[in-house]
Amino acid sequence: MNRIVKKERFSEKVVRLDVEAPLIAQSRKPGNFVIVKIDDKGERIPLTIASADTERGTITLVVQAVGHTSARLCAMEEGETIAHVVGPLGRPTDIRNYGTVVCACGGVGTAPMLPIVEAMKKAGNRVIVVQAARTKELIILEQQMKQWADEVVIMTDDGSYGTKGLVTNGVENVIQREKVDFCVTIGPAIMMKFVSLLTRKYDVPTIASLNTIMVDGTGMCGACRVNVGGETKFVCVDGPEFDAHQVDFDQMMTRLGAYRDLEAVEMRKPLR
Amino acid sequence: MTEDRNASWREELRKSMKPKERTAIERVPMNELDPVLRARSRDEVNQGLTAEQAVTEAKRCLDCGKPSCMEGCPVNIDIPGFIKNIERGEFAEAARVLKKTSSLPAVCGRVCPQEKQCEGSCIHLKMNSKPVAIGNLERFAADFERNSGKASLPECRSSNGHKVGVIGSGPSGLSCAGDLIKMGYEVTVFEALHEIGGVLKYGIPEFRLPNAVVDAEIETLRRLGVKFVTDCVVGKTVSVSQLREQGYECLFVGSGAGLPRFMNIPGENLINVLSSNEYLTRVNLMDAGNPETDTPVFRGRKVIVVGGGNTAMDSVRTALRMGAEKATIVYRRSEEEMPARLEEVHHAKAEGVEFLTLHNPIEYIGDDKGRVKAVRLQKMQLGEPDESGRRRPVEIPGAVEVLEADMVVVAIGVSPNPIVPSSIEGLNISRKGTIVVNDDMQSDSIPTIFAGGDIVRGGATVILAMGDGRRAAAAIDAYLSR
Ligand SMILES: Cc1cc2nc3c(=O)[nH]c(=O)nc-3n(C[C@H](O)[C@H](O)[C@H](O)COP(=O)(O)OP(=O)(O)OC[C@H]3O[C@@H](n4cnc5c(N)ncnc54)[C@H](O)[C@@H]3O)c2cc1C
Ligand SMILES: Cc1cc2nc3c(=O)[nH]c(=O)nc-3n(C[C@H](O)[C@H](O)[C@H](O)COP(=O)(O)OP(=O)(O)OC[C@H]3O[C@@H](n4cnc5c(N)ncnc54)[C@H](O)[C@@H]3O)c2cc1C
Ligand code: SF4
Ligand code: SF4
Ligand code: FES
Repeated sequence: MNRIVKKERFSEKVVRLDVEAPLIAQSRKPGNFVIVKIDDKGERIPLTIASADTERGTITLVVQAVGHTSARLCAMEEGETIAHVVGPLGRPTDIRNYGTVVCACGGVGTAPMLPIVEAMKKAGNRVIVVQAARTKELIILEQQMKQWADEVVIMTDDGSYGTKGLVTNGVENVIQREKVDFCVTIGPAIMMKFVSLLTRKYDVPTIASLNTIMVDGTGMCGACRVNVGGETKFVCVDGPEFDAHQVDFDQMMTRLGAYRDLEAVEMRKPLR
Repeated sequence: MTEDRNASWREELRKSMKPKERTAIERVPMNELDPVLRARSRDEVNQGLTAEQAVTEAKRCLDCGKPSCMEGCPVNIDIPGFIKNIERGEFAEAARVLKKTSSLPAVCGRVCPQEKQCEGSCIHLKMNSKPVAIGNLERFAADFERNSGKASLPECRSSNGHKVGVIGSGPSGLSCAGDLIKMGYEVTVFEALHEIGGVLKYGIPEFRLPNAVVDAEIETLRRLGVKFVTDCVVGKTVSVSQLREQGYECLFVGSGAGLPRFMNIPGENLINVLSSNEYLTRVNLMDAGNPETDTPVFRGRKVIVVGGGNTAMDSVRTALRMGAEKATIVYRRSEEEMPARLEEVHHAKAEGVEFLTLHNPIEYIGDDKGRVKAVRLQKMQLGEPDESGRRRPVEIPGAVEVLEADMVVVAIGVSPNPIVPSSIEGLNISRKGTIVVNDDMQSDSIPTIFAGGDIVRGGATVILAMGDGRRAAAAIDAYLSR
């Protein structure tokens, strides 16, 4: 049983939950994730560990409501408990001093980017965050990013905040403006695909954190498999981060839709 | 061994009937649910024997002086010893005899490949009659004890102050923990999933092994004092060195072979092509077939299952129960070489599963939405025997056909899960990823690490995993009381 000790709402669809999980808080590293199962009848879903407090024994999750389970999590209140939280899973991010690092994120990718930004800065990098959303209300964690990043570039589709344009426009501006040594991208698959195409054009080594469908998170089921450089990899144990230039994003997007029709049924269910 | 074979009751029992009369009795068939009804239900297919049927079947056993059946059993259960107790109506005593050797008789009675083990070595076969139904009788005695509500808790020695950790809660881990707690150790089992039981829970379906049977065993262990920690991936949540710091003097690794193999053929990553582990986990562990739960599962109409083992049979019969109109086994050898239990093959056929042997998938074909719609199959024929002694399947050049399918379950085997072994520095691991151990199930590189079950053998059986767990417990005891 893992108690929610603190809840904060970032936007209509995005909340931050601080959850008791002392062992995970101690062993987690940037890039790691947990699998969460709310109750007996709940589904197991993966969520990145955004940060941890070893003294309080809590981990921070930032959840965006996209379907039944994430909406249920977003509706939970302080004091309620999540039946199962398991982790930390996945390989941690390869944090090094690369020089100048661009962190390109959007949507649910913003929360998992936060610990990476922090770690990259602490490793001595110059860190530029390019953060994108459809509109101003959906920009989250800007202040937290600024705490670590040398610069935060905000992009909105409708121009209601920051610069009008897509995340790729923001990244391209930075690459044209100064020498970029490394890029990390986390967000919807389609976004990562276009960031990857762009950085390939400029020869900037790039890693993407893949958010495939998962069940166990320990390499047991193969639900999370993706094609990387022509080989099948399991995101939960071989990733979640891979050389973005090698990832078959089109296949990944198709596989993400595997349960779309069935999920639509789940979403009509009342939240328990 | 059959120590009380000379007990007076047993001698009398032997004399009470002539061997000829015993062999003249027909083997009592298992009571089964009707194939048409059961193929749409999760109820257990085998309903067990009645007491009367069990006694009749027990009479068929000749109480051999040198029971060949025992040689066929990987853990040498005192087979005539328990069967003769059934014959004289002492069912609880029969269960006690079983428990001397096996910690999971209700499970093994149901899932052992008896035709290759105990029953495959029964003397009846030499006399051209059907073997004694040892598995059914084993299950009967164990179920009797469980249902009587009088299952006596085994005695535990008083605490000896030593702490041992068990990694994984499959049959090997559970048996190791059970023996250690009886010897007075403080035992904690660490399990990665949210449920205890390993493959017995997430793999083998309800219709073959009800969860209630496994839960009863776990409940006994709890009452004896075994502690269970779920949601704990050793090597991730806690490291082996942290466990050592917490005072665990020895560790038993029973983390299984949960890494599914794929064939690396075109189209394998299409939607609705999945591993048997994923399919069975969704349906068994996550209960996805139940509309009340949140986990989705695709209900294929035309389902193909690739493979010929128990996992393949479980998957194909699960597909029927999930509403498939057509469920087909595709296997590259012939039926004779199928590793599955004979009974499962019979049951699958009775339920309407189609068998396409000597066929091997070479490509999956998708529709415009990336979902599988057909399978390209290469026809095979049998050639020379390979190193497993089975005849090797070879391609028939040019013989390729296409079969429609909206779901494919790949059940071609598993490899050891690397998370635990790769997290222990200096541990001797084989090329196949298994942990190398000596006859005492002790690692030859780190003496405080013991291992057993599928992590040592690759995909094996419940009874072997159980036996390994017990052997390791004895070795741990010897090691810690040096
Ligand atoms: C390693 C990893 C880390 C993740 N970290 C976070 C995180 O920190 N915060 C967060 O909010 N989410 C994160 N996700 C995504 C999260 O797991 C999914 O949003 C969640 O599983 C959706 O479950 P659901 O029942 O709410 O939605 P569902 O009902 O399952 O899906 C609803 C809709 O969302 C789409 N969808 C389903 N899964 C995903 C996915 N993984 N990514 C994008 N779209 C999806 C479906 O196609 C469907 O259309 C992560 C995923 C992975 C693999
Ligand atoms: C579908 C299916 C049907 C089968 N049918 C039969 C049959 O009819 N008869 C038969 O004899 N055998 C059968 N088998 C094989 C049999 O189930 C296995 O040989 C047996 O379960 C192996 O036991 P084990 O204790 O080694 O491991 P498992 O039962 O695999 O249990 C291992 C446990 O360890 C846990 N674990 C793994 N890594 C970690 C970690 N890092 N930290 C903590 N926990 C961890 C896993 O989650 C799992 O619960 C079948 C197998 C399958 C998959
Ligand atoms: S444990 Fe298995 S092989 Fe041994 S006697 Fe029982 S059913 Fe037969
Ligand atoms: S070999 Fe057959 S008949 Fe003989 S003791 Fe074993 S079960 Fe009984
Ligand atoms: S989630 Fe099951 S193997 Fe990755």
